[in-house]
Amino acid sequence: MSSETQKILTTDGVPLEVSLKKAEKRNKIKAFLLVAPLLLFLLITYIFPIAEMFTRSIDDRMVTNMLPKTFKSMEKWDGKELPSEEIFKSFYEDYKVLVEKKEHGKLGQRLNKEKNGFNSILKRLFRKISRNKIDESASIKEQIIGIHRHYSNVDYWRAIKRTAPPYTMNKYLKGMDMFLNEDGNITQVEEDRRIHRILWLRTLEIALFVTIFCFLMGYPIAHLLATLPMKYSNLLMICVLLPFWTSLLVRTASWMILLQQQGLVNDFFVLIGLVSDDNRPEMMYNKVGTYVAMTQILLPFMVLPLYSVMKTISPSLVRAGKSLGGTPFTAFWKIYFPLTIPGIGAGCLLVFILAIGYYITPALVGGASGTLISNQIAYHMKTTLDWSFASAMGLMLLTGVMVVYWIYNKLVGVDNIKLG
Amino acid sequence: MALPKYTETRYRIWHYFYISLCTFVFFFLIAPLFVIFPLSFNAEEFLVFSEGMKKLDPDAFSLRWYEEMIYGTKNPWGLAAKNSFIIAIFATIGSIILGTLAALGLSSRHMPYKGIIMATLISPMIVPLIISGVAIFFFMAKAGLAATHTGIIFAHIVLGTPFVVITVTATLSGFDHSVTRAASSLGSHPVNTFMKITLPLILPGVISGGLFAFVTSFDEVVVVLFLAGLDNTTIPVQMWTGLREQLSPTILAVATCLIILSTLILVTAELLRRRSERLRGINR
Repeated sequence: MSSETQKILTTDGVPLEVSLKKAEKRNKIKAFLLVAPLLLFLLITYIFPIAEMFTRSIDDRMVTNMLPKTFKSMEKWDGKELPSEEIFKSFYEDYKVLVEKKEHGKLGQRLNKEKNGFNSILKRLFRKISRNKIDESASIKEQIIGIHRHYSNVDYWRAIKRTAPPYTMNKYLKGMDMFLNEDGNITQVEEDRRIHRILWLRTLEIALFVTIFCFLMGYPIAHLLATLPMKYSNLLMICVLLPFWTSLLVRTASWMILLQQQGLVNDFFVLIGLVSDDNRPEMMYNKVGTYVAMTQILLPFMVLPLYSVMKTISPSLVRAGKSLGGTPFTAFWKIYFPLTIPGIGAGCLLVFILAIGYYITPALVGGASGTLISNQIAYHMKTTLDWSFASAMGLMLLTGVMVVYWIYNKLVGVDNIKLG
Repeated sequence: MALPKYTETRYRIWHYFYISLCTFVFFFLIAPLFVIFPLSFNAEEFLVFSEGMKKLDPDAFSLRWYEEMIYGTKNPWGLAAKNSFIIAIFATIGSIILGTLAALGLSSRHMPYKGIIMATLISPMIVPLIISGVAIFFFMAKAGLAATHTGIIFAHIVLGTPFVVITVTATLSGFDHSVTRAASSLGSHPVNTFMKITLPLILPGVISGGLFAFVTSFDEVVVVLFLAGLDNTTIPVQMWTGLREQLSPTILAVATCLIILSTLILVTAELLRRRSERLRGINR
């Protein structure tokens, strides 16, 4: 530490150190204030809603709010033998309130998911209540058991108790084709009903293969573009940039025209004698269509990062390798290829991230066997209206993408993304 | 790309293989776009080349689908085009303002937590659109902005700003800060310095970021599908419904117009990029 005499002062007598720190702080605030509007805007309209998706996906307060007294009296129940009169009574009271509010149907549906057959025995109880057949002065327990023998089955009461916590992981388990069974263990659904796992694997498979295809097709042309003289490469660059700037739907439409059974691709196959005219293969509404269309649509995202890296590699390096006795292949493999790895990483991860969340193209050309997880999310958002399940699957997908994004950031850094 | 005379046969073969592979890929990239042009002039109602078209019979070609697109009864394209342009223009303006300000802040060496803030600002570009769509839909539904132009514009600002942030930060990375310091030392007000010195220098970056934001908004369909009501339909949404339901050649007429638009945008973007490179070259 400097002593009092050595301290340098600014013209207004403040120590330089203090004054500098102040200026530094002011600059920090200034810089932050510039970013603040966008940051705030994104937080409100985007980041918080994504966080809200999480609470929505685990929210299970519906039953908790519908049967408050039941859950209170169930707190001490161990779930081994049939519940006491007190529990039956509070369940009856809760259900009566629901009947008056006409919300009993929802409870029936929800509990039926937990234990099959619940809905029908609740309907019987509903009929008794609406006809005022329950004598509230006598034992409620005996009367309810009298309605249907299932009410004396402990499993049904355990099912109610399972819905007590306000939060549930059920939607996430459902997204992986699993569920909590009656003993509270995670089990898999029957083999023929495991649809989600197929979708996850298919999404992964398509994203992976599209990335590989894009790499195999993108690497040679990026290399050609980077090594050709400017006047030719600029012209060829249009072939990459025009699709890049063209509407996704236009490009999907053109693939739908090309790949249809009477389309040009099939015409060509018939012409060269690959297939017979009356036996044209179906190339759309299956995986083939998805692969072809997605590869063409995502190819520019592979070529552009590769090109920008290859452009910086001096051609004299490969020439030096050759002059020192390397064959063209060794020179390429030992010198050129390792230098392009940053571009390969950037391109592959970009294409993979985009492919894994693709929605429009698979929905239009994919048919039933080409749909991806995004289509399933949209289906639950728009058709079944199971928003909490859609949120859960969305977040599972997001976690996957975040992992890839994190790797991307480690390898190339987000601020190194180049556009065009 | 002529080969030297002494090239061995196997490398010669390899070279021709490489050239034909590249030709195939370029063809694969660009050819699909050119299928649309001739078919949009089809006189018939089917999306295949008719016998007459293959023989170049003039009667097989017509402008009827363009007529249909512009004057057709009950046709949605007019409204869709109007909506698309309104939404894209406002979304672009919003993205440019918010994105440029943020990029200026991020490029300052005093900016705290640069990494995490940059990652947050760019996240809408990385997060799959379907997830953005769901999240934004929840927000807009709560804020009462679902099925309004404002809601869609806000959503597109979210999706468009990352492009502006990226292009403007890239432009600013080659920016010589001594010119702004010189302006300040000559007594210029910071706002004045920005308008007179910084902005003209980073303008190519701002505009090309704006072009990205415009195209993103103009082409965006996933989020709009969640948000739009009947009055907010846009060109991509109409194309989406058209492609799913009745594949009529009118769509191809619209697609042709969109390809022409994207060609214009491509040319503008290219010119801007070159200009920006030239300007930055001078600074160095």
